[in-house]
Amino acid sequence: MDILLQEVGYSYAENTPFEKRALHHVNIHIPSGSYTAIIGHTGSGKSTVLQHLNALLKPTEGSVVIGDRKVEAGVKAKNLRDIRRQVGIVFQFPEQQLFEETVLKDIMFGPMNYGVPEEEAKRRAVELAAQLGLPPEALEKSPFDLSGGQMRRVAIAGVLAMEPEVLVLDEPTAGLDPKGRREIMDLFHQLHVQKGLTTVLVTHSMEDAARFADQIAIMHNGKCVVSGEPRDIFANEEQLMDYRLEPPRTVKLQRMLEAKLGIELDGISLTEEALAKNIALALAKGRETE
Amino acid sequence: MDLNIMSFENVTFTYMPEDETVRPAVEGLSFSIKQGEWIALVGHNGSGKSTIAKLMNGLLFPQSGTVTAMDQKMSEESLWKIRSQMGMVFQNPDNQFVGATVQDDVAFALENNGVPHAEMVQRVHESLRQVKMEEYLNHEPHHLSGGQKQRVAIAGALALRPRLLILDEATSMLDPQGRMEVIETIRELREATGLTVISITHDLEEAALADRILVMNAGHKQVEGTPEDVFFAGNKLTELGLDLPFAMRISKLLTEAGVQLSGEHMSEDRLVEDLWTFYSKK
Ligand SMILES: Nc1ncnc2c1ncn2[C@@H]1O[C@H](COP(=O)(O)OP(=O)(O)OP(=O)(O)O)[C@@H](O)[C@H]1O
Ligand SMILES: Nc1ncnc2c1ncn2[C@@H]1O[C@H](COP(=O)(O)OP(=O)(O)OP(=O)(O)O)[C@@H](O)[C@H]1O
Ligand SMILES: [Mg+2]
Ligand SMILES: [Mg+2]
Repeated sequence: MDILLQEVGYSYAENTPFEKRALHHVNIHIPSGSYTAIIGHTGSGKSTVLQHLNALLKPTEGSVVIGDRKVEAGVKAKNLRDIRRQVGIVFQFPEQQLFEETVLKDIMFGPMNYGVPEEEAKRRAVELAAQLGLPPEALEKSPFDLSGGQMRRVAIAGVLAMEPEVLVLDEPTAGLDPKGRREIMDLFHQLHVQKGLTTVLVTHSMEDAARFADQIAIMHNGKCVVSGEPRDIFANEEQLMDYRLEPPRTVKLQRMLEAKLGIELDGISLTEEALAKNIALALAKGRETE
Repeated sequence: MDLNIMSFENVTFTYMPEDETVRPAVEGLSFSIKQGEWIALVGHNGSGKSTIAKLMNGLLFPQSGTVTAMDQKMSEESLWKIRSQMGMVFQNPDNQFVGATVQDDVAFALENNGVPHAEMVQRVHESLRQVKMEEYLNHEPHHLSGGQKQRVAIAGALALRPRLLILDEATSMLDPQGRMEVIETIRELREATGLTVISITHDLEEAALADRILVMNAGHKQVEGTPEDVFFAGNKLTELGLDLPFAMRISKLLTEAGVQLSGEHMSEDRLVEDLWTFYSKK
């Protein structure tokens, strides 16, 4: 499903003394089936943008086109139920989306709310809980009697259980242990490919943005200042610095090594595997020319 | 300087003591932390780290064993005195905010500790400046971005000028630069004041900077030692839900690709150094 933000402006608490402008003239195109990463420093507007993708927030200027629906500033939006089913958001703080008595009921809530029969909802919940590494005894516990990382896993399971077409992830790995982080990012990628999802990831991990995204948008002070392919975004270090960002570790290590050895590696290493391969290749080449 | 600022002796805590099928969140745990140390507390999700933090500041009390903080056994009576010397940042900042504005929130604990007004104002400004949130004095803490909330929560702990600072994934939502800046600020404070830091983190690069790492596994202490001790133990870490630091992962991948390097590399600098030696030797 295509999503298009056109000249979107957003103010929190508009027309009150507490009005706070968070977005200015944001234009972002999220093509159907793409994997888009949104990066930017603290407070740059990423979470605010995300909440427009399922009309949880409505633009105070401009418009958001979601599939065949248009949400426009100043126009009353009706029947957003379908959008909420098609676009699933994992929020930055998992507590914001947990509310049921038990973990099992929490994961089942979304699908049942959209008419999935109880039995099927339960099947999905049990399967997802296991896939996300929740201990079996967690299912009957209150989601609030869990550790931070366990809550995060429940929140993710709840969104995946709805089987959305568009998966929107706001810092989904914050609070996950390193193994969980890797496995769950791989799971999102696997779903993205197998089910042809449209995926939008907000992350402070430049490594994840480099590894998974096919396009990256940079937010800075409420504006979308750049968008492009990872290899171009991360090759332009000056631009990253302007926006208080930095390249992924792989690229930083590549540059350190190039400076020290006085050589140039092939292309830009966006994953650890690519970096290791590039280094091994350069070293082997160095030997041949000896 | 050999004073223990925090120690656990055979501590066991269960959230549901009446239910015997529920495993203790922390079991038979003993360790001690010296004044001035920087400790990283790591472990898989649900391994007991936040529970330990709550036992450290008397939010929870163990069913058995003893928690000793600043030379006093933790009890209902000693609790307040101990807490007044301890800064704590919880995993979810929203659970921590009490003030209607950022400055009220940071001032709250100072007021409780009886800090005189003029000094209080000065400290609030200083700590908000340290985390780069001085422009948000009058904002409502719940209406900030995720990273801004974490910064304010950290300011609240710093303003106390604590002897012991406990951070429960306090920088998990900061951008990479912001995270480095906050860690740097705390390191400077530690240099200047002998602050003790206990940092719960899933960021292994950050853990590698600590004096000592404590690894938790299912409520038990699995390993304790310097970063070298812990990370050089190698592949077992993944079984514990953890991973190696970046430089070590790359050197492992290089070995697999046939680049035989000498020794272990915990930092990028060391790895580059070694690759240079390898390259110039050929
Ligand atoms: N509920 C709210 N009320 C008022 N202002 C808000 C609210 N939520 C966010 N803001 C402000 O809007 C701006 C953008 O916030 P947003 O949460 O979109 O940032 P972000 O890029 O997601 O940051 P982070 O990386 O820290 O999560 C910030 O200046 C923030 O203070
Ligand atoms: N309020 C609670 N009631 C019941 N059980 C709880 C409660 N809080 C935590 N637990 C359980 O206690 C165990 C330890 O939880 P704790 O929060 O200490 O883990 P943690 O190491 O901090 O994990 P994370 O990395 O996910 O934050 C977990 O099995 C968790 O489910
Ligand atoms: Mg955010
Ligand atoms: Mg925790």
